[in-house]
Amino acid sequence: MALSYKDYLEPSQLPHMWCPGCGDGIILRAYTEALAELELAPKDVVTVTGIGCWGKADDYVSTQAFHGTHGRALAFATGIKTANPDLTVVTLMGDGDAVTIGGNHFIHAARRNINLTAIVTNNYNYGMTGGQYSATTPLKSKTTTSPNGVAEPGFDVCFLAEAAGANFVARTTVYHAVALKNLIKEAILHPGFSLVEVISPCPTYFGRFNVHPSPVNMMNWLKDKAVPVQKYREMSAEEQYEHFAVGKIVVKERPDFYTTYQRINGGQVAAEEGDGNGR
Amino acid sequence: MPEPKKMHIEIDKKSCKRCGICQGLCPQQVYTLAKDGSPEVTNPERCTNCHLCDLRCPDFAITLEVLA
Amino acid sequence: MNRPVGVQFMQGNEACVYAALDAGAKFYGGYPITPSSEIAELSAKFLPQVDGVYLQMEDEIGSIAAIIGASAAGKKAYTATSGPGFSLMQENLGMAVYAEVPVVLINVMRNGPSTGLATRPAQGDVMQARWGTHGDHPIIALSPASVQECYDLTLRAFNLSEKYRIPVILLSDEVIGHMRESLTIPERDQLEIVNRKLPDVPVAGYKPYQTGEDDIPAIPPYGTEYIVHVSSSCHDESGYSHSAPQTADKLVSRLHRKIEKNKQDIVQVEWFGPEQADLTLIAYGAVSRVAKQAVVNAQAQGLSVNLLRLITIWPFADDEVQAALAKAKAVLVPELNLGQVVREVERLNTFGTPIHALSRIDGEILLPAQIMEKIKEVLK
Repeated sequence: MALSYKDYLEPSQLPHMWCPGCGDGIILRAYTEALAELELAPKDVVTVTGIGCWGKADDYVSTQAFHGTHGRALAFATGIKTANPDLTVVTLMGDGDAVTIGGNHFIHAARRNINLTAIVTNNYNYGMTGGQYSATTPLKSKTTTSPNGVAEPGFDVCFLAEAAGANFVARTTVYHAVALKNLIKEAILHPGFSLVEVISPCPTYFGRFNVHPSPVNMMNWLKDKAVPVQKYREMSAEEQYEHFAVGKIVVKERPDFYTTYQRINGGQVAAEEGDGNGR
Repeated sequence: MPEPKKMHIEIDKKSCKRCGICQGLCPQQVYTLAKDGSPEVTNPERCTNCHLCDLRCPDFAITLEVLA
Repeated sequence: MNRPVGVQFMQGNEACVYAALDAGAKFYGGYPITPSSEIAELSAKFLPQVDGVYLQMEDEIGSIAAIIGASAAGKKAYTATSGPGFSLMQENLGMAVYAEVPVVLINVMRNGPSTGLATRPAQGDVMQARWGTHGDHPIIALSPASVQECYDLTLRAFNLSEKYRIPVILLSDEVIGHMRESLTIPERDQLEIVNRKLPDVPVAGYKPYQTGEDDIPAIPPYGTEYIVHVSSSCHDESGYSHSAPQTADKLVSRLHRKIEKNKQDIVQVEWFGPEQADLTLIAYGAVSRVAKQAVVNAQAQGLSVNLLRLITIWPFADDEVQAALAKAKAVLVPELNLGQVVREVERLNTFGTPIHALSRIDGEILLPAQIMEKIKEVLK
């Protein structure tokens, strides 16, 4: 019998605690839809989360789950995947978990090329604690800890992963729900460290302070901001500043950590082999 | 343009948080919002089974069913 | 790898690695730090030979996270560090206690606080081992005083960790870690190896944190038919988040109970010297070796002194220390800090027994003569 996304949700834990119009539910739908279409058994999938609104996602799934401490999801996941490479490990992190408190683990998991998938929900702020700025909040945005606008520029999560050596890097939004599901599927199937960054609305805080409090307006804002990566690359710097690229940004076939570790310690690596990043 | 099918659209009122995304983004204006913000299926015959409403529903509240 | 057997000559840190491998450890996640780095180096060399993995993480926060993840996925896992790294591990140490994930942490103590004297010994992390992570929690910490005990207690650390599903800290120090002396490594079939218990209930309706009378959950690694939900948040028996006051109380109470009611199994001490003495020394780790010499020297000079050596530091040997306080006319606690274990001894003193402390915090080990001098002062 074909599996449905509902087979990956835990009905006793629903409805979830996210605000009306929060993108987290749309991403959880896409994630579980992707698992169903890949026909992965819940017992063979470990959903690893950190802390924050999106860090609550593990409570709604029926897969194996690990709900760790803030920012460390990828470090826990690194241990899980390396200890049992047969598991499908998917790490769900917000912009706080992934590139703010957990930024160090993010770049090193990408560099090591741990064979797992990171789904990073970027809503440009800390929703759980009341809408403070994070390391992805755009310059001058208003948050509860930057009432006059934030004085720091935000990270570009995908470029960070690309620079660190990730094998598969893609960005989309919750507006693009079909592409979102398909990119998650592709990321899970792609060996090595794969990232899907999902730009997601927080109507309650970031939207209310900077865009619009209406979920529908936030969705349309995502549609307007997103441009396909090819088109983005042809844009002027001024135009790029007003937009973000969506689609597949990096697709590489660098061997993952565990494979390389086994080969090096088994003496099977030829001297002329590079690291897959041209070095 | 796909041939419209006869659709049944179920909204789970217990899960719905009345965010309005289904109504606001439906390409075929299948939904209208009641006074309290609840979506109502008022034009089911216009539905093309594109599934964008249920994929974009943050609360797993919409189920689409193709009627035979 | 060629497993050493019988009488060997090696460093304390090396003995820890051989014991970890004998215990069945297959995963090391760590960040090199003096004076523990030999443990990382030897683990990197041997783990691939036993189908294990050495993973050098980006920091100690990631190190403990990786071993917790590896353990949840079914591999016995360990790390080694020293003061600064131990500080960074504290948050996730609490996660391992709360989520009941067995791991072993070897802390080769050095002089602090902060970077301090990286190559010099201290015993300044006794209270950090007990209370370093936030919130009420139980912990097990063992203190080796010889290279033999580095082996024995590392093995025991894994066994206790697996048995009670709790992180166990081997509280070694720079002297013990870097000292070379002989030890005896048993034949493999002479080893007692404990593995975590697995569920024997039906998969349907399985709750990973449901326990029987022993208060210890039976949790399989990820990947079996059982679904396991591991959480750093307050969770009920299903492992899913649950924030009711009674859930929080029930969980933390059980975590304490499973250790408290097994103190007889966990707590180990050694008595040295005459059964009855005017003065009892209470010491642990490197200082307890010096204290033994001081007892011998004191006896030679006709002084009535014995030693209670703490092998298990946490949970604290309340009964044994109270027995010492009841019997002796005075107690002396020498340690390489400004008074950490001595406060625990004072807590237990319902006898009015005079308790004296002897501290050294300059990065040097206490000497037998210094303890002797204090013994004479106390017994005057």
